[in-house]
Amino acid sequence: MFEVVAFYLFATLTVVMFCITVFTNNALYALSSLAAGMIFISAFFFLLDAEFLGAVQIVVYTGAVMALYAFGMMFFDSLSLVKEKIKNPRLVFLLSGLIALLIVIIFVSPIIGQNVQANLPIHPEWGNTQDVGVVLFTKYLIPFEVAAIMLLVAMVGGIILAGKRMNTSYTQLSENQIEEQKEDL
Amino acid sequence: MSLNAYLILSTLLFCIGLFGVIRRKNLLMLFFSTEIMLNAVNVGLAAISKFHGDLTGQMFAFFIVAIAASEVAIGLGLLILWYKKTGTIDLDSMQRLKG
Repeated sequence: MFEVVAFYLFATLTVVMFCITVFTNNALYALSSLAAGMIFISAFFFLLDAEFLGAVQIVVYTGAVMALYAFGMMFFDSLSLVKEKIKNPRLVFLLSGLIALLIVIIFVSPIIGQNVQANLPIHPEWGNTQDVGVVLFTKYLIPFEVAAIMLLVAMVGGIILAGKRMNTSYTQLSENQIEEQKEDL
Repeated sequence: MSLNAYLILSTLLFCIGLFGVIRRKNLLMLFFSTEIMLNAVNVGLAAISKFHGDLTGQMFAFFIVAIAASEVAIGLGLLILWYKKTGTIDLDSMQRLKG
């Protein structure tokens, strides 16, 4: 009973929050509702006995990724409304067809995976975090290390890309000087 | 709750994200939509992991989180660079990247 109520409550909240993210024209509203949706998503992980994944969702997504987006939005004029118009209706038509095909494939695919054998069985007596740790550091050690290197490279790359020409402050330059700077780039 | 309920929710969230990717012309909003899609996939993987008694789904979800984090770091760096260069983050401003 508790699970059913929690599932439907959080499903409604998540869908509403993500719809706000997709449909709003204000970048700030989109960011806030996306962060709220991420928090609600973590509730599903706790319902599914994946406590470690739920904690990771809160810490990494809502903590780190959203903070990074909020930091990035300081560079753009986030208060102005986003103006968009789509000129090519044929593309929208094609992509809607692709979405329909994708939904059909997703709903048909459980028939293929009917008799699946558990490759890495869950040990209920261990608890989720210990179970995840054992599997992560035995079976998935090499992907774990590769992910660590990938994160390091991404961090260095992000700093280099964003930090380029940080020593010139655009707010203290006049319009003409900014134009000259743009031509130099 | 059955596995199907979670998978239907996951599909619904994925389609919201995909719709955002189609509709959005602002690159920041496009990034938000990809995050929604990645989260939808994570919910589906965790649900399959529970109902089959297998940890592989959760492992894949972890690596998806790691990939999403590095994607944001690189993507946001490129976006800031593009904004400094052109003063806009509109997708149409990238039309001249065509060969």
